[in-house]
Amino acid sequence: MSARPGLNRALRRGFAPFGGERAARLVPHARLAGPMPWVIAIMVALTVIAAAGGLALQNMADNARAELAGGATVQVLEALEQERERQAEAVEQVLSADPDVATYRRVPEAELEALLEPWLGVGATDSAVPVPALIDVRLRGVADLAAVERLQARLAEAAPGARVDAQSSWLGPVFGVIAALQWLAIALVALLALTSATAVWLAARSALGSNRNTIEIIHLLGGTDGQIARIFQRSIAQDALLGGIAGLAIGLAGMVVLARQFRQLGSGMVAGGGLAPVDWIVLGAIPLAGVVIATITARVTVLAALRKML
Amino acid sequence: MSDSDSAIVSFDNVGLRYGTDSEVLRDISFTLYPGSFYFLTGASGAGKTSLLKLLYLAQRPSRGAIRMFGTDVITLPRGRLPEFRRRLGVVFQDFRLVPHLSAFDNVALPLRVSGVDEADVAKPVADMLDWVGLSHRHEARPATLSGGEQQRVAIARAVIGRPDLLVADEPTGNVDPEMALKLLRLFEALNRLGTTVVVATHDVHLLKKVPESLIMRLDKGRLADPTGVLRYPPRAGRGAEGGGA
Repeated sequence: MSARPGLNRALRRGFAPFGGERAARLVPHARLAGPMPWVIAIMVALTVIAAAGGLALQNMADNARAELAGGATVQVLEALEQERERQAEAVEQVLSADPDVATYRRVPEAELEALLEPWLGVGATDSAVPVPALIDVRLRGVADLAAVERLQARLAEAAPGARVDAQSSWLGPVFGVIAALQWLAIALVALLALTSATAVWLAARSALGSNRNTIEIIHLLGGTDGQIARIFQRSIAQDALLGGIAGLAIGLAGMVVLARQFRQLGSGMVAGGGLAPVDWIVLGAIPLAGVVIATITARVTVLAALRKML
Repeated sequence: MSDSDSAIVSFDNVGLRYGTDSEVLRDISFTLYPGSFYFLTGASGAGKTSLLKLLYLAQRPSRGAIRMFGTDVITLPRGRLPEFRRRLGVVFQDFRLVPHLSAFDNVALPLRVSGVDEADVAKPVADMLDWVGLSHRHEARPATLSGGEQQRVAIARAVIGRPDLLVADEPTGNVDPEMALKLLRLFEALNRLGTTVVVATHDVHLLKKVPESLIMRLDKGRLADPTGVLRYPPRAGRGAEGGGA
């Protein structure tokens, strides 16, 4: 028997890269039936919720800070009503002439009464309890400590009973809590990324173990570490993408439910905790980041295992 | 050009041990030249498979030197080994087919690993399957093939890339005499195209089927004798030379 012409054609070689769907098929795969896409889906969902929470808190704090940045309150603490009125008018005169003051507004008695009603009951301002006169001031600059002290000094002569407070100082503890929650969200996101990478590492090791025979065959046929790693990368990247999309959907659904609950609080500050377009882009990028983490983890794991082979 | 430069493979005083066990191969020295056909014989446990493992770069020796295609493969960085492995064709004793790939995809594997364009894969693979009489089973998975059919797929996979060196470990062990002869003729055809062929077998009848072949015999990890390794004297400038110490 001699070699047929077809045999010569059969023995040709070329040098295009090895990859694609046919390469991926070397690793048997039960996509979605296996746990990996679901593990990644859960991780991505939790990451989306944690990141969305952190971003919403950031926006809430930024909005509150911007709103209160130039805000200050002047309280005229004078027990005698007539003197309190005189000093309040004097304060208004000083404020109207102060170039650092953008606007000011004397808080009407009806508004004060409404503010105090939950604590002191109806007609608090008519009672024997002296209620300070309040003047809401908006400065042209930031109402920091220096600005507050400067305004206090200007009012000292005309209204010795006046006390100036930056409005942002009232929310200082709240900002502290928000900052702590933001750090918590960042830590959660980092922890979830680490957990995802660990899950992929375990999955890649397991896949390597169960496909050891196939890997050895490809290895002995001249497959490079990079080629073999690409097979696993592709497989795990597909799992991560599927899981990531599912996780994003689950996370967004969770966010919608939480947003509804917070909206029902009717708090002005909470209303400032919406998400900006760039935040949505960040959330949309989380599954892609998951794919990148999974792919890199799979590659590093497989290459480390292959280096132990000849 | 020196002899060792023109050689496909040269072993110089090679020894192999697994772990801390005693050596399974000892003082192996020989040279394989391009276009020659060799049979490697010996009783079970003589070290044939271990020697083949060294030949197809699945194992590094414990001592000695191995040159392949003019390069010292002992000190070669492992990142460069794939380019040498792609010049080899290997028929494993246990076939080592990828279980979840069809016969077609198993045969196509070396071409794909070497980067042959997908458009140039189908025809050669179909021709090769036809050659080994399995064109009707091209979609079959290894588990559904008989032992003989699996062996033919393994052989088709080993020769599809037209290797410079074909190493076959008992390649006719699971086929009937007619198919064994047919496969041997395939090896001869490949040999005529320039491939050096090394066939490990304990089938003495097979040795007589290729009169041009040279025979290396292993006995307890050593080549049978220092000078009479070859049952047939090598032609000038071709053939295996050497022996154990």
